[in-house]
Amino acid sequence: MIRFILRRTGSLFLLLVAVSFITFTLFQFGPADPASAACGQECTPERVQEARVALGMDQPFLVQYVEYMRGLFSSRMIGAPGAESLCQWPCLGKSFQTNENVSDIIARSLPYTFSMAIGALVLWTLSGVGLGLLAALRKGSATDKFIVGAASVGVSLPIPVTGLFLLLVFVNQFHLLPFTTNEINSPFGPQGPLAWVLNYLLPWIALAVLFSASYIRVTRTNMIETFGEDFIRTARAKGLAPRTVTFKHGVRAGITPVVTMLGMDIGLLLGGAVLTEQIFSVPGLGFTAVRAAVSGDLPVTMAITMLAAFFVIVANVVVDLAYAAIDPRVRLQ
Amino acid sequence: MTQLQSPAEPGTASAAPSRDRPAEARSLLATAWLRIRRSKIALLSLCVVVAIMLFAILAPVLSAMSGNDPFTSNTSPEVLDDFETPGLPLPGYMYPSASHWLGVEPGLGRDLFARLAFGGQVSLTIALLSTAVSVVLGTVLGAAAGYFGGKTDAVISRLMDLFLAFPHLLLVLSLTPILQSRLRDTPLGQGSFLPMASLVIILGFFGWAYLARIVRGQVLSLREREFVEAARSFGSSHLSILFRQIIPNVMGVVLVYATMLIPTNISAEAALSFLGVGVKDPTPSWGQMLNAAQAGNWYLSDPWFLAVPGAMLIVTVLAFNLLGDAVRDALDPKASRH
Repeated sequence: MIRFILRRTGSLFLLLVAVSFITFTLFQFGPADPASAACGQECTPERVQEARVALGMDQPFLVQYVEYMRGLFSSRMIGAPGAESLCQWPCLGKSFQTNENVSDIIARSLPYTFSMAIGALVLWTLSGVGLGLLAALRKGSATDKFIVGAASVGVSLPIPVTGLFLLLVFVNQFHLLPFTTNEINSPFGPQGPLAWVLNYLLPWIALAVLFSASYIRVTRTNMIETFGEDFIRTARAKGLAPRTVTFKHGVRAGITPVVTMLGMDIGLLLGGAVLTEQIFSVPGLGFTAVRAAVSGDLPVTMAITMLAAFFVIVANVVVDLAYAAIDPRVRLQ
Repeated sequence: MTQLQSPAEPGTASAAPSRDRPAEARSLLATAWLRIRRSKIALLSLCVVVAIMLFAILAPVLSAMSGNDPFTSNTSPEVLDDFETPGLPLPGYMYPSASHWLGVEPGLGRDLFARLAFGGQVSLTIALLSTAVSVVLGTVLGAAAGYFGGKTDAVISRLMDLFLAFPHLLLVLSLTPILQSRLRDTPLGQGSFLPMASLVIILGFFGWAYLARIVRGQVLSLREREFVEAARSFGSSHLSILFRQIIPNVMGVVLVYATMLIPTNISAEAALSFLGVGVKDPTPSWGQMLNAAQAGNWYLSDPWFLAVPGAMLIVTVLAFNLLGDAVRDALDPKASRH
């Protein structure tokens, strides 16, 4: 087990380095001219040159990359020689727009993204696994067909349409819920947990509609497979209560693929729900990324993309390790 | 499609011989068609897909029939309110009528039907072309990884892992403006071509990894088959084996994943244009129309402006998804739902 952990962590480290390097290349070498993006509207050739030096772009590419990554481990000075400023650890550069430390911008956005992720996750896991299980138990019935049909429709609903529709109905027409406010980003804030739930309920629903569809499908397929296995028949033959057979024997064995999906989706969602945050004006990572992308604020988009990819990779490894802990066969291959 | 007839179609003829006539080799599309014909839902979704394609292709004809075009604005006080809610179409122009089949847009008073049809052209072109790019990349790279093995496989497989590690929408969102800054001075970057070209390139380039992984898996087992060995013993070159023996045999899986990639790319175009980094006004696309409905909160004044592009988008994505499911059930029974 220890060797397995070491091997996975080792490859995790390599993958993180590779992802950060690729992101850096895409964002530094991709744009026609990052320096003119940095110096903004009124740009003279001299000011572009100054910006190039200030961004360290006169340095060789690898030096730029190493310098950038060094910011993850210690504070560093950035800016043109003579006009340097301290970039506090963890340093991810400074915003072209506001000159603020990118890490501060990210730290400010994270609680909103967490709030979005947690609730949506609970909602779609409960509804997805619950409905999938129900469909599997009533395989072939009208209930099953309805649930499978609903899942097909759910996976085809684009978030902009569902999101705007929810806003229109619940906030604008019937005033059932408040419009999301920036003041609430944790259930432990002064407004209390109920205000937090009400504030994020609509974005949670918008995300859950889309995500739970694939959970319904996977749960249903796997549960049907599991219920067909010999050990379930044995359990039934022993005279165990149907409830015990379903939950203690069936669900436990058939739920593992859902756990994998869940791990990966958590990673994905922590990087920011771009569309949902935009529609409901929740200033999380996704919202910040859109604003930065539209205004050409490269350091911010680069850092958020890198962070989001890190979340996905780490989530993958955590899922693998959890699997290995549960199922020893995984470690061998 | 006759080249696609093959002695060893993995999992099609061999896995489901009971209900169709067995043994006889059938082309891929014929197999798919036979299965699709049996399911009402599949047949219906195929009809809807064809209808939507026709709607987009015939956009110039249809809008000429309605007597409008997607770009002429009409802000005269007879069309748009300039009193209570400035810019909102007046009752005669809000909903479907003989002169404007779906009413007019708020703000600029352009014909909604013409914009929906031409927007469909833009949205579908982007989705189909980017799918084609992903499919070519994914098939060739996946087949090469599986066939050559060794270092080629290691490099391509690590590349797939990397591409799959990035959150798709976020990456595409942040790279589109960057690519546009590159394309601006090239022939691809002229006028309304720029957003289309950039979306095709970006969506195509970041969508191949999943397909490549599937193709690689298939090729791993294919390359050990007798007909490949036979071709090798005749002295066929690697490239000839790859393109004439291996790739025709994975076309089934490729077709399945291509059908499933199209709705993903339609949604992605809609998402990006909605966020303001894809297709931009005055060029219409379904995502751009959603963006226009949200901008200035027009959809709150009247849900109609959200309903028109929204319904079109949902119906299209749903039809393609259902068709994709049907094609998968037909060609890849191992992956089918129970």
